[in-house]
Amino acid sequence: MNKLIASIKEALRLAGIRDGMTLSFHHHLRNGDHVINMTVAALREMGIKDINLSASSLFQVHAPIIDAFEDETITSVESDYIGGDVGRAISMGRLKKKAVFRSHGHRPADIENGKMHIDIAIIAAPSSDASGNCTGKYGKSACGSLGYAMPDARCADRVIVVTDHLVSYPLPDFSIPETQVDYVVQVDSIGDPAGIVSSTTKITRDPVGLRIAAYAAQSILHSGLLKDGFSFQTGAGGASLAAAMYLKDIMLKQNIHGSFCMGGITGYLVDMLNAGCFEQLMDVQCFDLKAVESIRTNPRHREVSATHYAAPGPRGCIADHLDAVILGATEVDLNFNVNVHTDSQGVIMGGSGGHSDVAAGAKLAIIVAPLTRARLPLIVNRVNCISTPGSTVDLLVTQYGLAVNPSKTELKERLKAARLPVCSLEELKAKAEEMSGIPAPIFKGEKVVADVLYRDGGLMDQIHGVF
Amino acid sequence: MHIEKTAAAGTLESSDCLVTVEPSASEIKLEIESVVLSQYGEEIRGTVLETLKSLHVQAASVHVQDKGALNCVIAARVEAAVLRAQGEGGQE
Repeated sequence: MNKLIASIKEALRLAGIRDGMTLSFHHHLRNGDHVINMTVAALREMGIKDINLSASSLFQVHAPIIDAFEDETITSVESDYIGGDVGRAISMGRLKKKAVFRSHGHRPADIENGKMHIDIAIIAAPSSDASGNCTGKYGKSACGSLGYAMPDARCADRVIVVTDHLVSYPLPDFSIPETQVDYVVQVDSIGDPAGIVSSTTKITRDPVGLRIAAYAAQSILHSGLLKDGFSFQTGAGGASLAAAMYLKDIMLKQNIHGSFCMGGITGYLVDMLNAGCFEQLMDVQCFDLKAVESIRTNPRHREVSATHYAAPGPRGCIADHLDAVILGATEVDLNFNVNVHTDSQGVIMGGSGGHSDVAAGAKLAIIVAPLTRARLPLIVNRVNCISTPGSTVDLLVTQYGLAVNPSKTELKERLKAARLPVCSLEELKAKAEEMSGIPAPIFKGEKVVADVLYRDGGLMDQIHGVF
Repeated sequence: MHIEKTAAAGTLESSDCLVTVEPSASEIKLEIESVVLSQYGEEIRGTVLETLKSLHVQAASVHVQDKGALNCVIAARVEAAVLRAQGEGGQE
């Protein structure tokens, strides 16, 4: 059978596109993605209305879809992370219905249990054959893992693969098999490689970031978890990567052999794999070229689905097996709740991603952040939005000291015994306010523009507009 | 102090501010742009006015572009800009 279709528009038509449908997208092409914009442009040309856009993440590159909010081509958005102008537009009330935030684990769970029904999934595939066997490992727009696209491909009613690198049948090293694919569309370009992966991974040289990183690595060392079989996850942020660098030194020096690293994989974690710090990399998304090269060539670097990564449920997931994770925060409150959804003005600028999943799963969830950013204190009475509940956060590391969740008495004793500067959240908050002054409260609008769901499906918090 | 010419001090780096002072006929004209205006606008205004007062500046047009500077930084940048506007110190 011939699955090769001439255009996205024609594929949508064959897939039975109608008003009110849910269309899904994955975010491995990150800020280089062209496929969401191309698809939304096709929907607008076709006059389709009232689409529910389910994207695992949205970035600045997707700003053109704001026009589709205005003309009601798109009236609702479900995502795990909404950055750039798209987040701002939602905070300004330009989307007709409330946006819904899930985590990277909750989204695939709801897709697989049918709570989030996908009518048509659109898979941006850096390499595919004409039957839809596709992967992110090859092609000019290579992005590595296609982990976030896997539950969508498995569960959607119709699946359209969009590729800019069509290879002869069969593409042997496929990530998504033809059995899940209805149509294949070849286009000139699915994305801008410069926005898809970074060419190099940069570790911070900022002395504040380095001090935070050193404290974080020391905390892991003295937590009692750093021994053979250790498992770890860290973000791609500067301080998180620097912490991985310090951890690598400690592991090599003490001859500790970890079991696996989960991610969000960067070249730095590839180096740790190759240096013998870990047995395996479990990869739901690659962040740089070195990670893409590694997942293509190293069998110990495994591609995993979003479901396998973090979906909560009785069957378990990789996140549940993590020892230590290092995560960021825009705000932390006196109950250890963390905000990664909104910025200092209360405007949507991100989302949980896997933050709340791995905080819940890991034995030691460490938040790293500077005590102030551009004068604004990190620690507040109540975060503007609860992204990750404080009950799942074990430790906050700042350049001025470490605050341990009061429920973690053993951890606190261990870190104190290691002579790390342990203090209370209240003390850290007072320190920041002594330098910066107490900030005046920001404006919060009446209207709720987004619901933030926790990974168990419950309503975690609501984000108010700023208009 | 009398503002004789246009002068500036500071940078647009995060946690710093760029303060520009210009001669003005009779009063203090203050314009503030800040990334933390809603949280610290009043503090910034107060710090600038207090610093100008302590330097005995009665007439000046002052423009502050703030990237989240602490009060001590804002005061230092205002003072440096005012001193540079005196003539003998020269401009940057």
